[in-house]
Amino acid sequence: MTGNPETGRGYLAERGWRSWAYTLDHKRIGVMYLLTTIAFFLVGGVFALLLRLELLSPQAKYFSDHTYNVFFTLHGAMMIFLFIIPAIPSGLGNFFIPMHIGARDVAFPRLNLASYWVFVAGFLVVLASLVSPMDTGWTFYTPYSAKTGAAVATLSFGIFLIGMSSILTGLNFIVTIHKLRAPGMSWHRLPLFIWGMYSTSIIQVVATPVVGVTFLLLALERLVGVAFFDPAKGGDPVLFQHFFWFYSHPVVYVMILPAMGIVSEVIPVFSRKPIFGYAAIAYSSLAIAFIGFLVWGHHMFTSAMSPLANAIFSFLTFFVAVPTAVKVFNWIATLYKGSITFESPMLYALTFIFLFIIGGLTGPFLAALSTNVQLHDTYFVVAHFHYTMMGGTVMGFFAGLHYWFPKMTGKMLNEKVARIAWALVFIGFNVTFFTMFIVGTRGMPRRYAEYVPKFHAENVVSTVGSAILALGILVMMWNFVQGLRKGARAPGNPWYALSLEWQSASPPETENFHEVPTVTAWPYGYGTPKGPPA
Amino acid sequence: MNHGTTGARRTYIAVYAALVALTIVTVSVSYVDLGMMNVVVALLIASAKASLVALFFMHLKGENRLVWGFALVPILFLLLIIFGTLVDTQLR
Repeated sequence: MTGNPETGRGYLAERGWRSWAYTLDHKRIGVMYLLTTIAFFLVGGVFALLLRLELLSPQAKYFSDHTYNVFFTLHGAMMIFLFIIPAIPSGLGNFFIPMHIGARDVAFPRLNLASYWVFVAGFLVVLASLVSPMDTGWTFYTPYSAKTGAAVATLSFGIFLIGMSSILTGLNFIVTIHKLRAPGMSWHRLPLFIWGMYSTSIIQVVATPVVGVTFLLLALERLVGVAFFDPAKGGDPVLFQHFFWFYSHPVVYVMILPAMGIVSEVIPVFSRKPIFGYAAIAYSSLAIAFIGFLVWGHHMFTSAMSPLANAIFSFLTFFVAVPTAVKVFNWIATLYKGSITFESPMLYALTFIFLFIIGGLTGPFLAALSTNVQLHDTYFVVAHFHYTMMGGTVMGFFAGLHYWFPKMTGKMLNEKVARIAWALVFIGFNVTFFTMFIVGTRGMPRRYAEYVPKFHAENVVSTVGSAILALGILVMMWNFVQGLRKGARAPGNPWYALSLEWQSASPPETENFHEVPTVTAWPYGYGTPKGPPA
Repeated sequence: MNHGTTGARRTYIAVYAALVALTIVTVSVSYVDLGMMNVVVALLIASAKASLVALFFMHLKGENRLVWGFALVPILFLLLIIFGTLVDTQLR
């Protein structure tokens, strides 16, 4: 199974569904992950638009309260479990980890394919749960989730399978990064995307089993009546929250660390400067991954935890800000006096920094016990979360898609359309979500189909913003499709980048490189403005 | 990784016998009322059994430091979740 370099189609040369369904090529598996996760991103986005439509009016108008509950549950569950967790690690990670480290594939190609099909099995089970759709919110909190008539056991089993897939992928990447680095690719020559992915993989392997077990306990409680979380039978509903957040807090770093890795790749290329503070950025990824495990209790400050636990978790949460800020300062220092150009990947990378700073700096308000009690379960939390996850991770993902599109497809995107889409996304995003900070601080609670009329104007603004955002994403998707169909042929290295993936053909051949490269320097030695690497 | 030699076989049989013996101890102790200590004893015996399986059946004993690291680091995270949850449930 080799791509024929003569056709110029590289790894895409073979045709037919079998060549995809049975492929062991990490690039094809990455592409399958990307297409699947982007499809769920669009579906989850439709649910978000339906929520915003309902909130146009203070009184429930279009959907019943139950339907509204179902919509925000499905929006959250799909976006988190089916899009944002797998998109960068399993999609872009699969494609680019071996290429970045000079390997021909991941360490366990069959396990890689298995992880994709387990993921597919998982999302099919999730779709099956729509027969009686979930209305608990994506957090599955007991005691309600133990009692509701919705298909909680089915959905949680689907997510259990998706978690299995996530563990297999993480394991594969850890072994790949340890064992398959090209000669000369020492740890301190690794691209920062790889440091981000390595930290992510550790979280996936260590934390995901906990949520898997938690969902099994929940299923046992629902199906067999074993009381883990029901207080009437001696269980503890807050224990569910401990288990759930022991996974679900670190998993936000599964979402953000790879995006930070992409930003660390894009910024030096489009500033034509070596990355500033390489070691600090690399080790701060590991620090975030570790500290991320110590802070799960900050989701439970209003759940009647012990005062000592509240104080400890609040104190520890502030620490996450330190390695995160280290990264931001280093990116800004990289930009300083660089020859900056504003191609679409760079626009998204800069947007990441801008929005993530807002998302990050609203975090300490939620980490502090006194303000958390006021802001808990208000739209402030929704805004904070979307500024970090959509303003952060998704913008990083978009940066990666635009940056690597020529490498993955062998075609160039229409840069003008890409910039129009970026402008719409940037404006739409801020109009939608900044408004939520305002209504949140004024006390508007999340997860209700109705609200008091004094918040009406802001909600109209937010809904208009969501329409602009959706338009921007549609234009971007249209641009991807047009790029695939009619895009100009991409050269091997259109951005004059130094990292290894750009030293292959576009699209790469099946084995990635004619010969396994020998690495003699780090990938950030930029010095000549816009010129080919010296 | 010498699966087949006589010495290795003898070790496996000894470990198997130890696992059976520890299972018998676990069941026996469960009939004695030690209060909170029942849980502690059961967990200690279970940990000893898991260590035997990891060391001999999974060959951790002869592995290098990297593999030992990957085996031990998750235990740190297990201790974290136990400690963090107990700080709440025992002090409410």
